[in-house]
Amino acid sequence: MSELLQFLLSGVTVGAVYALVALGFTIIYNASDVVNFAQGEFVMLGGMITFFLHAAGAPLPLAAVIAILATAAIGVAMNKLTIEPARGAPVVSLVIITIGVSILIRGAAQLIFDKQIHTYPAFSGDDPIHILGATILPQSLWVILGAVAVFIGLWLFFTRTLLGRAVLATSNNRLAAQLVGINTTFVMTLSFALSAGIGALAGVLVTPITMVSYDVGLALALKGFAAAMLGGMGNPKGALVGGLVLGLLEGLTAGYLSSQYKDAAAFIVILAVLFFMPQGLFGRKSTDRV
Amino acid sequence: MKKHLTTTALAALASMGLAQMAHADIKIGASISATGPAAFLGDPEAKTLEMLVEDINAKGGVNGEKIELVSYDDGGDPNKARTFATRLVEDDEVVAIIGGTTTGTTMSILDVAEDAEIPFISLAGAIDIIDPVKPYTFKTPHTDRMACQKIFEDMKKRGITKIGMISGTDGFGASMQAQCKKVVGDYGIEIVADETYDPKDADMTAQLTKIKGTEGVQAILNPGFGQGPSIVTRNYKQLAIDLPFYQSHGVASDGFIELAGADAAEGVRLPGNALLIPDLLADGDVQKPVVTAYKTEFEAKTGTPVGTFGGYAHDAFLIMTDAIKRAGSAEPKAIRDAIEATSGLAGATGVYTMTPENHLGLDLSAFRMLEIKGGKWTLVE
Repeated sequence: MSELLQFLLSGVTVGAVYALVALGFTIIYNASDVVNFAQGEFVMLGGMITFFLHAAGAPLPLAAVIAILATAAIGVAMNKLTIEPARGAPVVSLVIITIGVSILIRGAAQLIFDKQIHTYPAFSGDDPIHILGATILPQSLWVILGAVAVFIGLWLFFTRTLLGRAVLATSNNRLAAQLVGINTTFVMTLSFALSAGIGALAGVLVTPITMVSYDVGLALALKGFAAAMLGGMGNPKGALVGGLVLGLLEGLTAGYLSSQYKDAAAFIVILAVLFFMPQGLFGRKSTDRV
Repeated sequence: MKKHLTTTALAALASMGLAQMAHADIKIGASISATGPAAFLGDPEAKTLEMLVEDINAKGGVNGEKIELVSYDDGGDPNKARTFATRLVEDDEVVAIIGGTTTGTTMSILDVAEDAEIPFISLAGAIDIIDPVKPYTFKTPHTDRMACQKIFEDMKKRGITKIGMISGTDGFGASMQAQCKKVVGDYGIEIVADETYDPKDADMTAQLTKIKGTEGVQAILNPGFGQGPSIVTRNYKQLAIDLPFYQSHGVASDGFIELAGADAAEGVRLPGNALLIPDLLADGDVQKPVVTAYKTEFEAKTGTPVGTFGGYAHDAFLIMTDAIKRAGSAEPKAIRDAIEATSGLAGATGVYTMTPENHLGLDLSAFRMLEIKGGKWTLVE
């Protein structure tokens, strides 16, 4: 019993990390249909900048806030310098641009920061919380809390605010959105700032668990992307559920089958889901008017 | 008469040329993975070589000649390493090569160096590099098989017969896992649980819970490097597992204690080298002055703690310059012969004695069994 619970808690810890990364994908995707493969680099920047500010003497909360703002600014710069000039290019080209940006950020990070692995203290200490013989670290609760908060924020943003609807409208039909008076350039800038900020927040929260180095972005982005696809790209609920499901699958496979097949099992389930539900668990049905 | 003059002039010119040649620098080539996935290892190696070349030149060089280091960054890519090795041999005309941070890049350089008959000292771990022995190839790191043997030796002393293994799936972890399985039987130890994790995984409590629940496990061994072993160590404490816990030489650095946290790392044992514990070495220890000097200088210069991998580069350079000194010449063949005759040379990793049959020159005594106590390394006797 306590073994099963430990496998589940391990899955939730990992799943919350995936979910938080997956949530970062949703805004840019909703605004432009672009899957931003530099999202993992935003996570890395969040962790790296926080570590170096903290090491330089800044208190952790201040370091975290500066890291999130700085990363958001980098997100805006990315949009202004690479995506906006290529406006009108097919989505595939834009996706490839984001891969290029991710390589650039990774290269710059190893020069500006360093190539070592870093971590900073967990927010509420390292003493595990015991639940029926199984344990979870307090930092995992912070990550879960962060994922849920971002989820609620995004859900409110997309359904309750005019700006959120403007983002969705821009994605649906940029020209039509412009015609009804939506400043689509601003919407794109905003979506990059928010996505980068959420990515950095993810980095700030997960670093005490996963540790950070200049090259962690790629692996996180791939798992986060898989989680987002599983849940349904662009849907905050899908990102949250997709991340947790992916984490639980890994935890249970490692526990009951073999850790050798952990990643394989998770990806087989994702393939199976996408085969029967190509839009993911919660994806919107795409209806194109012809 | 005129002709005679011309000849004399030519001869004079030629001898001047020769004289200049004799004063030219000794060119040593390097291909190191200072960036890319193996940057973790290659970065300190590149910095170490740079520092040592500066040092030796400031002291007047070797045999009165300055050393010139021609260094390339192969980014951990074996194809690039092959290109750079070819360039070192053909364009830069180096007399020897140091490098090959990973086993993959080493294998590429090895081919080129053997063909060109240029002595080559590798910085990578795999035993295949020097077994079977190739005439021009040497290496400084102990093999992962030796690390396994050192660990099993210590387990045997503690009366442990059944262990669980949790290994990283990266090259280092996978290779050591395989080597450990090969030699474990020699020590009367049985591996009853064998789990793996991806080097970028965030949580290994599932694997550890499974091992903990396996009947009869008396100790756990974790081969791997990077952040993986630090996370495993934290999870070990999180699950309050009270079995003896062994890490590999892959994480033998102060950085590991820092990442895992002194609290979680308490009681962890691993085979490390003298470099980690200069203060604990006996005063008569031949390695003591070497490691103290290297550690002090490296840490002052780079501001980062010295680690096992930089030590490999340190030793490669030491063996190379020692050989050139003894050979009294910078001819590749003479250097090769001198490297093979290296005897009792104290480096950061261990004391090297090469023979025609052994191009590594270290034995198990190069490893010292260390235990972390109160956030510090201690020697296990």
